[in-house]
Amino acid sequence: MHPFAYTRVSDTREALKAGRAGGRYIAGGTTLVDLMRETVERPGTLVDISGLPLRDILVTKEGGLRIGALVRMAEAAAHPAVRAAYPVVSRALELSASAQLRNMATIGGNIMQRTRCTYFRDVTADCNKREPGSGCAALHGVNRSHAILGTSDQCVATHPSDVAVAFAALEARVRLLGPDGEREVPFADFLLRPGSTPQREQAVKQGELITTIEIPALPRPLKSGYLKVRDRQSYEFALTSAAVALHIRGGVIREARVAAGGVGTVPWKLPAVERHLIGERPSDALWTAAAEKATEGARPLRHNRFKVALLKRTVERQLRIVGGTK
Amino acid sequence: MSIDLPESAVPPPTEPGESSSPPSRRTFIATSAAVGGAVVAGGTFLAVPDEATAEGAAPSSRVSLTVNGTRRTVTVDNRTSLLDLLREHLGLTGSKKGCNAGACGACTVLVDGHRVNSCLTLAVRLEGAEVTTVEGLAEGDRLHPLQQAFIDEDAFQCGYCTPGQIVSGVGCIQEGHTGSPEEIREWMSGNICRCGCYVKIVRAVEQTAGRK
Repeated sequence: MHPFAYTRVSDTREALKAGRAGGRYIAGGTTLVDLMRETVERPGTLVDISGLPLRDILVTKEGGLRIGALVRMAEAAAHPAVRAAYPVVSRALELSASAQLRNMATIGGNIMQRTRCTYFRDVTADCNKREPGSGCAALHGVNRSHAILGTSDQCVATHPSDVAVAFAALEARVRLLGPDGEREVPFADFLLRPGSTPQREQAVKQGELITTIEIPALPRPLKSGYLKVRDRQSYEFALTSAAVALHIRGGVIREARVAAGGVGTVPWKLPAVERHLIGERPSDALWTAAAEKATEGARPLRHNRFKVALLKRTVERQLRIVGGTK
Repeated sequence: MSIDLPESAVPPPTEPGESSSPPSRRTFIATSAAVGGAVVAGGTFLAVPDEATAEGAAPSSRVSLTVNGTRRTVTVDNRTSLLDLLREHLGLTGSKKGCNAGACGACTVLVDGHRVNSCLTLAVRLEGAEVTTVEGLAEGDRLHPLQQAFIDEDAFQCGYCTPGQIVSGVGCIQEGHTGSPEEIREWMSGNICRCGCYVKIVRAVEQTAGRK
């Protein structure tokens, strides 16, 4: 680990000042400390923001949720308002990492976490995300866990978060505070596809601070849930996953929010699946037909061809679990 | 107080009352290693992380925390993990270094009552924190009920993961995630046992939770 200066800040003004001066924010630290030890990350100054007042969960007038960036994953998962309004969020959190890591990691840090691609973590391997222009060892390497959607010839790494898949499905918004004030970024624009600049992963400017994640209100009743498929039962990243939220009234699907994880370079929203569901009545045939749309545009690699079929089945099964059948 | 000695000049670790006793295997190894040393200076520990690179003085900070009920004020190289502080500088070697990457749970301790991976926790961030390690669970000679249950159930073979399993189990019981063996398995999944003693570990946690 490279040496670094350490400073603790107690209000957002101080934090922004330290961030503008080139400091790197640290919240839970579960990704950052790990990657610093691997010398993948080499910050000169760590700015400890854990004392900032960003630890509330609020229900908005409209019935949406505002989750403070420094709320721990465990706290968010257990919060009664989250559990009642958006089981898809609490479930995605509970199926992430381990109890220890969920006690440390924050919601803001979760959506800032970096890929688990083994070539990215191995400083002796070529990786355009870590060293722009060096190449992508995963493209023709062992790429079983890699992405089939949103890839480029520069990078095929998946985004590892589960709760980000729920946020993508629910069309959350990320609130950022910078020197010029606050701004809001739709979740779809917050995490960036690799394209020709895989080193850029989030639409955050130097020194900006995530303050809250806002989940908009959706019509009620709303059923939602998260399904995660992996090589072992627990404490493992997703091979495929599906976040589903459905508003069904009078036997007809009026609203649908669907996204997939483990398959994209970013959490993968599935608008074609959503469109196929709207106005229809739940049935086994509907779930199968809608899930067929989940892999539109998929470009499997040598070792992850299985993800195409697995993703369809994951989405189909989760649609059935949430939506039931007649 | 700050570190201004080149690392090669950091004296070997000494602890009060230890100077007259023959060197233990641990102090011998620590003394022989090029890095990793601590010195008592005016009641303050200077701690150099296990993994420090030989680049001369690195930024350090002073931090006060409570470990198993004892207040400690230490000056640490900013890179020092809580695990290295405990093991290499405070002599609390119960918490184990398995993966040093948050993947195995052998280093699990309680910080302010919550179970965390001490290998991913920077010591410098723990100002005012209360840390409980496996050494802090027993009351005198009376073992914590979960420690006793691990013995009664024979819930280990090599024992390396056991301190982390026990501290994690204490956290799991406090959190109330012990409703069924399946629930215990899920909420204890952050602790890997290479010997595969999971059935007995789950039984020990279940029985201790049931006694409460």
